[in-house]
Amino acid sequence: MAEPVTLSRKDFSSDQEVRWCPGCGDYSVLTAVQLLLPEIGILPQNQVFVSGIGCSSRFPYYMNTYGVHSIHGRAPAFATGIAAARPDLDVWVVTGDGDGLSIGGNHLIHALRRNINITILMFNNQIYGLTKGQYSPTSEVGKVTKSTPFGSIDHPFNPISVALGAEASFVARTHDMDRKHMTEVFRRANAHQGASFVEIYQNCNVFNDGAFDAVVAKDSRADMLIDLHHGEKIVFGADGEHGVMLDEFGEAHVVSVADVGLEKILVHDEQRPEPSLAFALSRLASGPYEPTPVGIFRAIQRPSYEIELSRQLAAVQERGGAPDLDGLLGSGNVWEVV
Amino acid sequence: MSPDNAEQQATEVLERVVIRFAGDSGDGMQLVGDRFTDVSAAFGNDLATLPDYPAEIRAPAGTIAGVSSFQVHIAGRDIVTPGDAPNLLVAMNPAALKANINDLMPGGAIIANSDAFETRNLDKAGYLGNPLEDGSLSAYRLYSIPMTSLTLEAAKGTGAKPRDAERSKNFFALGLIAWMYTRPTEAITGWIAEKFGKNQIVHDANVAALKAGYNFGETAEIFEHAYTVPSAHLPAGRYRNITGNLATAYGLIAAGHQAKLPLFLASYPITPASDILHELSKHKRFGIRTVQAEDEISAAGMAIGAAYAGHLAVTTTSGPGVDLKSEAMGLAVSIELPLLLIDVQRGGPSTGLPTKTEQADLMLAMYGRHGEAPLPIVAAYSPSHCFDAVLEGARIALKYQTPVMILTDGYLANGSEPWLLPAAADLPDISVKFQTEPNGTGPDGEPKYMPYLRDPITLARPWAIPGTPGLMHRVGGIEKQDVTGNINYEPSNHEKMTHLRAAKIAGIANDIPPLAVDDPSGEAELLVLGWGSTWGAIQAGARRLRADGVNVAHAHLMHLNPFPANLGEVLAKYPKVLIPEMNLGQLSRLVRAEYLVDAKSLTKVQGLPFRAAEIEAKMLEMING
Repeated sequence: MAEPVTLSRKDFSSDQEVRWCPGCGDYSVLTAVQLLLPEIGILPQNQVFVSGIGCSSRFPYYMNTYGVHSIHGRAPAFATGIAAARPDLDVWVVTGDGDGLSIGGNHLIHALRRNINITILMFNNQIYGLTKGQYSPTSEVGKVTKSTPFGSIDHPFNPISVALGAEASFVARTHDMDRKHMTEVFRRANAHQGASFVEIYQNCNVFNDGAFDAVVAKDSRADMLIDLHHGEKIVFGADGEHGVMLDEFGEAHVVSVADVGLEKILVHDEQRPEPSLAFALSRLASGPYEPTPVGIFRAIQRPSYEIELSRQLAAVQERGGAPDLDGLLGSGNVWEVV
Repeated sequence: MSPDNAEQQATEVLERVVIRFAGDSGDGMQLVGDRFTDVSAAFGNDLATLPDYPAEIRAPAGTIAGVSSFQVHIAGRDIVTPGDAPNLLVAMNPAALKANINDLMPGGAIIANSDAFETRNLDKAGYLGNPLEDGSLSAYRLYSIPMTSLTLEAAKGTGAKPRDAERSKNFFALGLIAWMYTRPTEAITGWIAEKFGKNQIVHDANVAALKAGYNFGETAEIFEHAYTVPSAHLPAGRYRNITGNLATAYGLIAAGHQAKLPLFLASYPITPASDILHELSKHKRFGIRTVQAEDEISAAGMAIGAAYAGHLAVTTTSGPGVDLKSEAMGLAVSIELPLLLIDVQRGGPSTGLPTKTEQADLMLAMYGRHGEAPLPIVAAYSPSHCFDAVLEGARIALKYQTPVMILTDGYLANGSEPWLLPAAADLPDISVKFQTEPNGTGPDGEPKYMPYLRDPITLARPWAIPGTPGLMHRVGGIEKQDVTGNINYEPSNHEKMTHLRAAKIAGIANDIPPLAVDDPSGEAELLVLGWGSTWGAIQAGARRLRADGVNVAHAHLMHLNPFPANLGEVLAKYPKVLIPEMNLGQLSRLVRAEYLVDAKSLTKVQGLPFRAAEIEAKMLEMING
């Protein structure tokens, strides 16, 4: 066994100057990840950060790990190749709402469906930042941007609902204003065997400043963030006066605990095999201006792709013995010419 | 069931014969063709095959659109094409006759399943009368045989219901042709046992039909005699019959083996390339990881990811898939990782002719990426040569740390020929070393890994894979600073990197064999320059002319980017140059642009390979012109 190594943030910071706009929410996510990794204890050489295109996708350049800054929307595909080839590596995907849910939506849902062992951090700022301010697939209807001067007319994705619809085995939400919350969500996501999806509410102070203020500002949080804890009643508010209850259709609603009684309040269960409960929770808020759940919606165990792939290989190799190239080439009907 | 009386049987010896089996796509013609090929190969004939089938899985039965055929050319000497015109056409229904009769050589033989020539089928094929009876086929030797009823008769007692028994009629046809060409049938019955052993009734019906067909030939006295095609004098060694797609898959397995790297294939199903995915998925014993991706783009992305992680990475596809992968290929060019992209070309544009052949993706391979994004291109010229082309592509990809495109086509993919088996021990070692130590010094004076510090000779950058301590680095599509690989937007750096990437690929010309010219007399004035699957037709055309005392030279390019270093010299030696291609003149344009040579183009875009006669005629025209 190798000597235990004490790692610090410095070990995970590259020598490249970080070039996000001053005040960007991306800085706090980078800090959270760089502070978490030394605690996890996986050496920098065994970490790979993969990204697509967009502001958040510059992330790998700032990490002193292995990394690929790939093409727009395709990071989950590159990461799948790395993780399927090398199950020994710890593979992360950094993506945004445009990269992950618009141009790369297909790869995202298939990576989640396949349950390949990668940790996906999706920075959601509800805007295209790198291309300087067009609406994104998570922008609210009516969003006035350069490409929608009369307001956007298409309905946005709820990223958590999308991930749950793809039956992702780990789905969580956090926000860039609470490093402690981010760190704990990232820790759980990374420890999860299989594909983990984390939506991060991230402020773009240049093109969409304050998009999440209604829920993440310090004085709003108590009444607007519903922090999910496995096995606990879903209550929020300064005194736990609000709660979440299911109706007869299985839809979740915010209720007054005093009105319905604590016993009617839903107990969160992130391990339910069916994604329906988590999905109901994801529908509580139609945008970051209503009470919004954060934390871990779903964390279940199901076989991950790279492990099953390795298992098939090992099983065949055990049965078939050593590979024999001459035997393979000369299989089938072979004849001799003398 | 071998012909016990084979010795007494009157036979005529043929040097070669071309047989085409044609029927409805549900009639099992590909199967019959495959089996006949197999027994002929085992018999020692040289051979070449050409399957031709519709894109629809089951086109409406009885229609021309639903006709499926399989042509096999067997010979007692070395041959290079599946033959221009069949000597014998087996037509299982009117549509098959109508679709193929124009290809049959004058005076050729037709064996028709007369049971299928009833009003409904004749209507579907657009015949006003019955061609078997109205004398319209008098230019041919016509054998009308009620194959369906004879098969039903033979299958009595096997327990097969008439509807099922009828489906064995392809084995009746096979049995009959096996008799006609004195092929032993044990291998066929063995194959039936292996394939249908679990279903006794189907097994018995097929064997009964096969025997009935064979015995019919022997006893019906409608054929003058049977034929023999003696075994060919091929170079000594062990042979097997192989299709291009199988040779491609084996080439990949061999490449992984010779590179001492695990093989990783990510692919999305597409005709006519899917067989490579199917084949590699079987061979997990070799540690091959295959992933069926959600789309073509993802397949390219996964393969690049695996290459970054240190595997020999491949993605296989056809034209539409190459279109989708182009952005990822540009990234692979930019981050300089080894990758194989195999394009089994088919008729285009768009969906085009998915099951038919063409070689119109050369410009796509050369230039189908935005920006200056050169990559090496290797093309296979025969089914078995796919094996060598893949190994060579892998050698270049690894040595030069570059994506490589390997071009085959539908004709090579599904066509077959005997393959002289190579010994694994004789295959080249194409392994490369991973970088394990820092190769430079950082600004702080500490040892540092420089991902773009190039090998001075090959200009390849080092390959440091995740898991290697101290060599952590990032690669990406943004322009990189020379040596350090850091993001860099400086004008002069971009120009330098653009030239470096181009020079790396151009330099491969010094590391590939010079172009060999087949010019036996040394006095030819016409050079025929080809690439890809036209090799057989050009070679056959040239041999015919030479047999008549006409001189012609043939050179065939395996490396299309860069070209062999001596190509300019070779072209300059010949006053006349002809370039036949299954496109509208793509190589011709490249050669004219590069060498200022007045090369003439011969083009064909019918979804079918050239016939030797077509090329022969053009050669003569140019020689005499």
